[in-house]
Amino acid sequence: MANKIFLIIGREYFTRVKKKSFLLTTILIPIVIMAFYIGIIAIAVSDSGSKNINGLDQIAIIDKAGLFNGKVDSTSKKVRFTIISNESEQDLLKTYQKRGYDAFLFLPPFQLDSPSNIVLHSSGLLGHSTHSEIEDLVNNSIVAKRLEAQGITPEKYKSIASDVTIKNQLDTKEGSKSNIPEVGYFISMACGILIYMMMLIYGTQVMRGVMEEKMSRIAEVMVSSVKPFQLMMGKIVGIGAVGLTQFAIWIIIAFLLQSAVPLILPDVLEQAKHAGQSANLAVMNEVLGSVASLPILKIIGCFIFYFLGGYLTYAAMFAAIGSVVSDDQQDTQQLVFPVMMPIILGFMIMIKAADNPYSNLVIFGSYFPLTSPIVMMGRITFDIPGWELLVSMLLLAGCFVFITWIASRIYKTGILMYGKKLGWKELIKWGFRR
Amino acid sequence: MNILEVQNLKKYFATQKAVDGISLNIEQGSIFGLLGPNGAGKTTLIRMITGIFYPDSGHIQFNGKKFDPQLDPMRIGYMPEERGLYKKMKIGEQALYLARLKGLSKSEAMKAVKEWFIKFEMESWWNKKVEDLSKGMSQKLQFVTTVLHQPKLIILDEPFSGLDPVNANMIKEEIIELARLGSTIIFSTHRMEQVEEICNHIVLINKGIKVLDGNVTKIKQDFKENLFAVDTESNQMPEASHLYTIVNAQPGHYKLRLEEGVTTNSVLSHLLANNITILKFNEVLPSLDEIFIRLVESSGATRKFQNIKG
Repeated sequence: MANKIFLIIGREYFTRVKKKSFLLTTILIPIVIMAFYIGIIAIAVSDSGSKNINGLDQIAIIDKAGLFNGKVDSTSKKVRFTIISNESEQDLLKTYQKRGYDAFLFLPPFQLDSPSNIVLHSSGLLGHSTHSEIEDLVNNSIVAKRLEAQGITPEKYKSIASDVTIKNQLDTKEGSKSNIPEVGYFISMACGILIYMMMLIYGTQVMRGVMEEKMSRIAEVMVSSVKPFQLMMGKIVGIGAVGLTQFAIWIIIAFLLQSAVPLILPDVLEQAKHAGQSANLAVMNEVLGSVASLPILKIIGCFIFYFLGGYLTYAAMFAAIGSVVSDDQQDTQQLVFPVMMPIILGFMIMIKAADNPYSNLVIFGSYFPLTSPIVMMGRITFDIPGWELLVSMLLLAGCFVFITWIASRIYKTGILMYGKKLGWKELIKWGFRR
Repeated sequence: MNILEVQNLKKYFATQKAVDGISLNIEQGSIFGLLGPNGAGKTTLIRMITGIFYPDSGHIQFNGKKFDPQLDPMRIGYMPEERGLYKKMKIGEQALYLARLKGLSKSEAMKAVKEWFIKFEMESWWNKKVEDLSKGMSQKLQFVTTVLHQPKLIILDEPFSGLDPVNANMIKEEIIELARLGSTIIFSTHRMEQVEEICNHIVLINKGIKVLDGNVTKIKQDFKENLFAVDTESNQMPEASHLYTIVNAQPGHYKLRLEEGVTTNSVLSHLLANNITILKFNEVLPSLDEIFIRLVESSGATRKFQNIKG
């Protein structure tokens, strides 16, 4: 009996690992995650859509307040300011667009201690960053003027102003370690996103596999040799093993790359050391130190647990859905949607978790078994009490047993049923009847 | 000896009494016909025999012992009506996989698959994928995968649907051969003419209930209507209401129904006395088709949906 389920697992595993698409996803997923991050960073950094050819917003300034003394000190890469003298607000209002300005800033005469009625004219909405850059420019100029009025020179101000970075010292049992919060945040998010993607990708693969068995009408042939439960679990475990193989490949590749870079490109590191990039190197060291300060083993252990727990739970649901749909695409969509919902919800809560890992919503999300794999991984680098982790894991394990039990009952009936449209109501009835 | 004994088997679904108290015995080595119109409960009955469904009540004895849904399916080969194969899998691999799921070891499976592939001239297919096969070819493959593990009981649900006469005949001969070698074959169909040729024993079920059970020849005898076909040289047939009525008359060909108690000899002497030259005189037995239709119609042809509590 037992070796039959291994036969099934073997078939599911090897047919997938041998496929070209396996190689493709193994390469693509890390790229997608990287691209996701680069995308987020790029969006955060980049200017929001300037329309001039050289990428600059052209801003004209009428300075009746005398704030700039005829010349603008701006290092901005996004905005170019031009002072226009001898023209009134009304005149420029009519012509500024024709003259190639995206907007013009009008500074009426005002007292330094009560600046008011400053207006920015533009034909359309300016980008948020452009707007704040203009505000910064005006504010800085006003501050400079006020300092001057108080008799403080720019040099003196520099010696007064403060810009410190605060290191986060983690006091763990193994002693204190310094840490950059961003590193922990990055690793948490990466784990959460990875689990999210793996659950979706492999969950839907299970569903497609079950559908294939049903559509190609092999299901009944199979269940005359093996129990439906064996068939379902064999598929789920086999595909899960494909996922774990993929992780293993990534870890090995990452390890190899790390040790291979100095071998292949020994000059690069040497050059970096000597070419006055010691500042960058220091940052690098700090990042590596932060990574090392995290409980790596705990993270990997939790990752594997939550991946397996989450994957097995969702895969069972996807298998049940696959067993009841017929080839109607719309039908599938309607049934898949409620299963996707908690995954997406989990993803959204996880993004919140990075901001505030101890809010009520996040704590709920890391207990609730349908979202906990994603949310808990999203806050794994924060200091989570052991009992909290334990409760969350127990809930997930219990949920897995329960969902699999129901799903296998739906699956058993569904896989032999043809040409019938089904709703959630019937499925739940199947799940619970004798 | 009976390979399979089924007693009072019942399986109710939410809206159907799919199988409602069926009993039957199947003798070892026989070719058994399980007949019935669509929706009669054939597939549900078979699914219980193959261990796919648990019966609500009733007993199944397989090979003299209580049916064990864990082990006994290994000695059954079942080709369902809704059948198929993994489309993307190579044919050789697929046959091996299905054989091993039936409990064969790797080497046993390899040996069996090779034997059958040679027998059916399928060796060149080994590395092809199922999706490359024509329908007839994949039917053949399906049949092979059903019988690979030398099952004691082979259940074939509509085995000839979609097969051309050449392939159908090939499989038919193989079925007869398997029965000769000691396998028992259950043959489920609603196409009677196929059954008539190869089955020794049939059971007819309708609406979940057994309506007929017996040897094919005996059933025909039971349902005969004293009909005789007579071919004559002349184009006439004398009336003789005390002996027979003419049911059907075409020049030279007549069908007579003999009255109760009348012997064939008295009919023949009557015809000879009337100076009629007889070319042929034989009894007409009803075909299974006719019996089937008669029985099914008298019990109401199709199922209605009914509500079953519990």
